[in-house]
Formats: sequence, structure tokens, C-alpha cells
Amino acid sequence: MQDLYQEIILDHYRNPQGKGLREPFEAQVHHVNPTCGDEIDLRLHLDERDGVTYVDDVSYAGQGCSISQASASVMYESLVGKTLDEAMTALARFQEMVQSKGEISGDEDTMGDAVAFAGVAKYPARVKCALLPWMAWKDAVVRATEGDAHG
Amino acid sequence: MSLDVTHPRASGTTPLDVDAIRADFPILSRDVRGGGRLIYLDSAATTQKPLSVLDAERDYYLTSNAAVHRGAHQLAEEATEAYEGARERIARFVGGQPDDLVFTRNATESLNLAAYAFSNATAKAALGSALPEGADRFVLAEGDEILVTQMEHHANLVPWQEVCAKTGAVLRWVPLTPEGRLDLGELDNLVTSKTRVISFTHQSNLLGTIVPVEPFVRAARSVGAVTVLDACQSVPHMGMDVEKLGVDLVAWSGHKMLGPTGIGCLWGRSEILAAMPPFISGGSMIEMVTMEGSTFAEPPKRFEAGVPMVAQAVGLAAACDYLDALGMDRITAHESALTARALEGIAAMDGVRVVGPTSTEERGSAVSFVVDGVHPHDVGQVLDSSGVAVRVGHHCAWPGCRAMDVPATTRMSTYIYNGLDDVDDFLQALGRVRQVFGAH
Repeated sequence: MQDLYQEIILDHYRNPQGKGLREPFEAQVHHVNPTCGDEIDLRLHLDERDGVTYVDDVSYAGQGCSISQASASVMYESLVGKTLDEAMTALARFQEMVQSKGEISGDEDTMGDAVAFAGVAKYPARVKCALLPWMAWKDAVVRATEGDAHG
Repeated sequence: MSLDVTHPRASGTTPLDVDAIRADFPILSRDVRGGGRLIYLDSAATTQKPLSVLDAERDYYLTSNAAVHRGAHQLAEEATEAYEGARERIARFVGGQPDDLVFTRNATESLNLAAYAFSNATAKAALGSALPEGADRFVLAEGDEILVTQMEHHANLVPWQEVCAKTGAVLRWVPLTPEGRLDLGELDNLVTSKTRVISFTHQSNLLGTIVPVEPFVRAARSVGAVTVLDACQSVPHMGMDVEKLGVDLVAWSGHKMLGPTGIGCLWGRSEILAAMPPFISGGSMIEMVTMEGSTFAEPPKRFEAGVPMVAQAVGLAAACDYLDALGMDRITAHESALTARALEGIAAMDGVRVVGPTSTEERGSAVSFVVDGVHPHDVGQVLDSSGVAVRVGHHCAWPGCRAMDVPATTRMSTYIYNGLDDVDDFLQALGRVRQVFGAH
């Protein structure tokens, strides 16, 4: 169980970073985990500077277990200030790790606190908890960038 | 209003021999999470299966397997006898007649069968298509009302929402009180001349509350509404006499009463079943078929299209034998003692609160609770690390959770193979939860 509830995760759960819905934003999404009722509202603010898209803010509110709440907090720290491409890579790394059934332990240098979620991969029922905020963020990116494409 | 028929008094029964019972359930002697004893407290979700049920299914496949109600050979005859014999046995278990018992895939399908009788009858009546005699009771008009309760499992809520979306009927519900009982004072206001269906749970899978049947039956009769009872959480735990309950249709599942998965039941009054149009159509449920159209068999066959779940029916009949050998009165008394211990233990614990009735009065063995500062999912995970298997989430009763002002709960539920040792181990593990999360 210590694999799952690492101290880093419990810290983020008790002191979530970046929590609360903020302006401005280009996309807002609401995601739920229908099996357990966890919910997240997430807003994404992108900005373009010198032809590069940056993730300027990810703000969120919701309720859920320690895993989903800590994951949202870690996601905030991992993504804000990154370019959109870097953020998408971070998402891919995180998703690959938690879905690896424990095969991939993650690289602390590139992933930071997100590596603490490696233990979640051994608890299939909790993988969706860890992914809830990340999938909401991915959806928000699609919506925000689709908006651009349609002018 | 007491319900002596459905809730036998616990006094004067000899206790169950839990050790002897556990020996019939090999799964209970496996270990979990690296060596711990399995403490299975999730029987409200599904029960474990005794050897006699597994043997009955295996024996059927080993000796008599064939497609029932067809085939001119000995195996087909034996398979048909096994299937219809199971129907007779299971009907007897709940005090009904075999011809009034329909086999389905699970209780969800049983409740859908009831709900679809209304939407199918309404759609057919609008086109003037043929309907069974008496089907007008199932034809809904825009503005007709369907009454449920706020504590329903999604299986007895969503199908009725679907009926409303298809027919223009309006869904109404009996609200929950903060104690997790139904506000039955509202019943007289909620049941009107427009009420056509009252569908309600016998025992809440979320709160453990036992619902009195009589006020619903009385209200329904005063306006001619059809009554549907979701008995998933009552049939496994208390002696039932469906004919005396006064309701029209009763749905339950096999896997929550020691039976296999893949089989559920719908009992109905003969005149009600006879008036219902088919649900799933195809082979076995017909009377005559031409290219232009078909007529349908009498119940229960009308509602059993395709090759049925014979082995599962045989297994469920064996489960009825097992439960009757123990005695449903003794089972009720046993669970009541375990529930009392759990409720007392939780009440004595700081920062833990039962969601639902806090006494064993008119209450079953599903006990939901929340822990201050710790999400129910995390509570369940900590319990799991001690080998305690419980359910977490909204228990497919999301509106009930909202009404009780909790996002979700952790739920422990006992059955015949649980003893006070299981409840005590559960309480001890629960005591560690707030420590792990440093909640104060």
C-alpha cells in the first residue's frame, strides 16, 4: 500500500497546487469517473509567443480520492509554463507509466513528482483515478485548439 | 405497520455455524495482498458460491447438457426437466408459482423487462398493433406518472427515465429523509390519478434501509397503478412470500444469493405477466411465425427468447436448497447480529459516520459510512491492504448519495459466511484509516 500512497502523493493531496478555477481560459471541460463519482472541472489557458504555444495556466476544481486530487496537483506543476509540445510529451510519459502495470517506473529527472504515481500502475482500479485530470486536460487542449482551427 | 411476512422476527433461532459454512466456500480460504486472510464484506455486490452450487452446474454440464424445449432426444428431455425443475424450486423459495417466474440475465434485465412492457405497449397501441388482452394497463399517455424513490439503484431508475423519454410520461420520486428513510408522508401527495407505475426498492443497497411495502401497495391500488419491487437486497437475506406482498412484479438476481452470475428472476402475478407484450424477441418465445407476423407464447416463455441459461438456473436452484437448509429466519438473525456489531463499532469511532439508519430496526446488512477527511475510495484501499474487501463509490445510487450529501461512501455488507471475527477485523482496519492519511 505504501507503493500507492507515497508521501509525495499525500502531500499534494493535503496541499494541492494550483487548485481553483481562474480566468482567462480558452476551454473548460467537466470530466467524471462514472464508476466512483469523482469529478473535475478544468480550465486551460494557452498563449502563443514567437510562434510557440505555451500552457500558461491549468486551473481546476473538483472532488475525488487522494489519487485523483494529487494527480491534478502534480499535473498543474508538470504542465504550467511548458510549451504545448512539452506538455503533450509529459502527458504521454505519465499515461504510459500508469498504464504499464508496473513495468515502467518513470524518470524523476524528466517527470518530477509525477513519478510518485508509478505505484498506481499496480492497482488497476486506481489507474483511472490518476488519469482523470490528465484526460480532462487533453480534452481541453483538443477543444482549445479546435477553436483556433475554426477561427 | 409491521411486515411479519417479509421480516421474520429474529428471536428463538439457533445461531449459524459459520466455521462449517465457510468450509463450503473454498474461495474464503485464499489469501490476498501478500498473505493476509480474505475478509469478504462485499456480499451486497455479489456473494461467494458454495461447492454445492458449483457442483450442480458442473453435474448438469457433465450429464444432461442440451438445448431445452426442443430436440427429440433423451438429453434434451433431461435438460428441459432440469431447467423447469429449477424454475419450480426457485419459485417455491419465494412463495410463488413456477409459471409466474421468468428467468432473465440479471435483475437489471428483469427491471428492463418490466419497463419495456410499458414503452412497447405504448408504441404498439399508437400504431394499432396487436397487444395481449389487458395490455391497456401498460399503455402510457403524455403526462402519466411513474413513481420511484430517491434511493433507487440505477437499475430501477434509468429504465423508467427511458420510458418517460419514449412516452412523455413524467417521473416522480419519494424523497429521502436525512436519516436515510423514505419520507412516506409524501406518498399521498405523490400518488395521483395519473400514477401508472410505482417501482421501488425493498431494501436500499446504498443505505441498508428496509422499505415497508404495504403503504406503496395500498397507494397503488387506490389508483390502479402497477407495482414493481426491486428485491435484489431482500430475497437473499429474508424469508419472502411474493404472493402475500401484494405487489405485481418482483425482480431479483441470482448472484447475490449464492447463485451463479448470468441469471436473474422476475416474478409476476399471472394476469399481469399475461398482459405484458414481449421484451426480447426471437426463438422460443413465439406461438406461431409467418413472414407477415408472429404471435407469442404464454408467460413465462414469452419473455425467454433464445436458448436460456440452463446451468445457471440449476445452480440457482441449488443455492435455494443451501439457503433453505440454513433457514432464512436464522440468516436474518445472524446478519442482524453482525450489523449491530458493525454499527456499534462505527458509532464508537471518532470521525466515522454511518450513512443510513444507525440502528438495526428495519435495516439490512449493507452498512455505508464516510470517514472525515478521507475519500471513500482511499478508505476502501486501506481496508483492502488488511484483506478487507468492501465496495466504494456511489453504489449505482448516485441520486441517493447526493440526497444524503455525500459524494460517495465505503460500504461493508455481510452474509452467511461472515462471523463477528470478520466485523471485528474490519473495525480494527477501519481504525487505521485516519492514521494513514493523517486526518484529524
